[in-house]
Amino acid sequence: MTIVFEKTKGLTDVQTHYCPGCTHGIVHRLVGEVLVELGVLDKAIGVAPVGCSVFAYNYFNCDMQQAAHGRAPAVATGIKRVHPDNFVFTYQGDGDLASIGTAEIVHAAHRGEKISTIFINNAIYGMTGGQMAPTTLIGQKATTAPLGRTEEHSGRPIKVSEMLATIHGAAFVERVAVNNPANIRKAKKAIKECFQIQLEGKGFGIVEVLSTCPTNWGLTAPEAMKWLEENMMPYYPLGNYRRPEEVE
Amino acid sequence: MEERIVIAGFGGQGVMALGQLLTYSGMTEDKKVSWLPSYGPEMRGGTANCNVIISSDAVGSPVVIDSTSAIVMNRPSLDKFEDSVVPEGRLFINSSLIDRKTTREDIEVYYIPANEIANEIGNPRVANMVMLGAFLEATKAVEVDTILNKAFTAVFGENRVNLLPINKEALERGAELVKEQRK
Amino acid sequence: MTKVLMKGNEAIGAAAIQAGCKYFFGYPITPQSELPEYMSRELPKVGGVFLQAESEVAAINMVYGAAGAGARVMTSSSSPGMALKQEGISYIAGAELPCLLVNIMRGGPGLGSIQPSQTDYFQATRGGGNGDYRMVVFAPANVQELVDLIIEGFDLADQYRNPVMVLGDGMIGQMMEPVEFKTPTKRDLPEKDWATVGTGDKRKPNIINSLYIAAEDLEAHNIRLQAKYKKMQETECRVESYNIEDADVVIAAYGTTSRIAKTAIAKLEKEGYKVGLIRPITLWPYPFDEFKKINPNCKGILTVEMNNGQMIDDVKIAVEGKFPVSFYGRSGGMVPTPDAIIEHVKKIYGGDK
Repeated sequence: MTIVFEKTKGLTDVQTHYCPGCTHGIVHRLVGEVLVELGVLDKAIGVAPVGCSVFAYNYFNCDMQQAAHGRAPAVATGIKRVHPDNFVFTYQGDGDLASIGTAEIVHAAHRGEKISTIFINNAIYGMTGGQMAPTTLIGQKATTAPLGRTEEHSGRPIKVSEMLATIHGAAFVERVAVNNPANIRKAKKAIKECFQIQLEGKGFGIVEVLSTCPTNWGLTAPEAMKWLEENMMPYYPLGNYRRPEEVE
Repeated sequence: MEERIVIAGFGGQGVMALGQLLTYSGMTEDKKVSWLPSYGPEMRGGTANCNVIISSDAVGSPVVIDSTSAIVMNRPSLDKFEDSVVPEGRLFINSSLIDRKTTREDIEVYYIPANEIANEIGNPRVANMVMLGAFLEATKAVEVDTILNKAFTAVFGENRVNLLPINKEALERGAELVKEQRK
Repeated sequence: MTKVLMKGNEAIGAAAIQAGCKYFFGYPITPQSELPEYMSRELPKVGGVFLQAESEVAAINMVYGAAGAGARVMTSSSSPGMALKQEGISYIAGAELPCLLVNIMRGGPGLGSIQPSQTDYFQATRGGGNGDYRMVVFAPANVQELVDLIIEGFDLADQYRNPVMVLGDGMIGQMMEPVEFKTPTKRDLPEKDWATVGTGDKRKPNIINSLYIAAEDLEAHNIRLQAKYKKMQETECRVESYNIEDADVVIAAYGTTSRIAKTAIAKLEKEGYKVGLIRPITLWPYPFDEFKKINPNCKGILTVEMNNGQMIDDVKIAVEGKFPVSFYGRSGGMVPTPDAIIEHVKKIYGGDK
């Protein structure tokens, strides 16, 4: 019998804790596959955030550190400076990266830190139960924005990829989505390119992944995919925002 | 023996370096020493000062409150540290820049026109060394030889060795003034 | 070995490099900035890395990452900056990572002043960060001891897989004294087989972590940590004491303040007073037992600090109510004078020797 598909060796055999319909699992798989395909799993050191993906240290099949909330890029910096030949990545959500950790992500990019970041944008705080994130859309309800986010009160949602693309040291910035098989393939391609850029020593790279949170959005899994397409994708346009050739 | 010295002046008058020369020399002569600078905003204008202790025993508090000697390079320093000198202690006043006499009558006082002498010998920057020469002559706290042959390059760097002759002259001129004023 | 004259802050850097520290992550703050400046100059020469972080918060988390990656690493700051590092220190203690922390204290609270102070005794010894953690806190009194304890501190950190703090003040950071760099005694330190260096496809992943989501797991982790702290208490406590068996009054003081106390004691002895000194070298573990050796007829203990009374709590615990404990301190960057200490000692004497 021929094996046509198997679980990547980039992930452990541990069962994840993610909710049904959550897209963290898809992104974990893509990262695991890319680590294996690039042949860097044995020298990879990952950094898990605080948030839904806090247990990522149990899921990626490589050395892992768990970081304080928002500080993953700083922790990754410490690791990479000690082991410049290892492959170092962070995996962070939008509360972690776009709220409490803005200084750390901006300055990791600013230094051109040779690390790679996977940024899960699902427009909500998942782990703590659906509070408003900096990425929560206008009108979107959250447990700390019960009537929906308003621009007057909280400003417009922050566009991380666009912001980081203005920073010289950010060599690769791309926003992808994992809402359908075609986009999942594109997401994997982006992750691979981002990781390669670290291996080539070209600077900081980030892939922002538009993701779903059916539980906290109060939707079924298929509804959540639809909501992502109809609401998030217009506000957060997919595409590449920066490649090394654009960095003069 | 314990010399507790306050050295004070404007930033840029070389008071910190003067203190370091003394401290380094004391160490070289196997004495116990400490050097404590003032730091922070007062370094940028006003008075900069350092406390130097040269002692035969372990140095306790590095803070000099009652000085055995004070070297004051400008007027604010005289005003601030004049009273810190212990009775029978010594006060070295840079009379080039300080227009008043001390009010103390219970201490040894030397008036040294350090800037004028420094200009005379060709480098206004050695005014601090003129004061040091006076101090060393009066106190014998460390050997002049140690200052010139050991401490100088350690504090200022090997590439300043060409400045040794003029610094030596500055020390000598300061010492002469003390000898004259003692008479 | 020959003696060199060094500023405290620079001596810390030289000692750290001698101890094999190759990584320094920090953020500028007076009165410790000479240390990062020194490291930025010297670490590249030994193949190390100095990195100025975007904040103290980032710096301590870089330390976490580097320590977790198996490196000898340190950071330094001064009081308000140290407050910002507490999050990372707690994580480092929780994840059991070795590192050296230096706090060159200044006056507080808030932005306070930049002058010497000892206001972070509570912060250092009571765990400024969250959770039940402890760390060895050294309080050197002179630049030589500072150098020796920095070198020792790295070894202790590795031995216990725990952060170690060196607590000084602006005075010791800024002052110059002669120092000798002795070749440190080699210790048998455990292999860092827990570090994240890449699996090399030879072992299961190593995980650096302080999260134990199941209550029973976290309690077990805490019990293990407490056993480690107990061992540190039993073996790492250090104290210098002087004449306490015979003293009528004993002064308790640490760091630079203890030097001022020594000057006061020398003067008092000349006047015929019998005054002893207990100088904790480790503020945690605190040398409680040393206070048991005090002359039972001692009239009282005078705690002297450059704050408004922090170590005095430990002194009170130590004397178990046997002696009256009084306090003299200056704060805000003011430094106690020997004469003021003498006056307070004489008050305890109540007039008669």
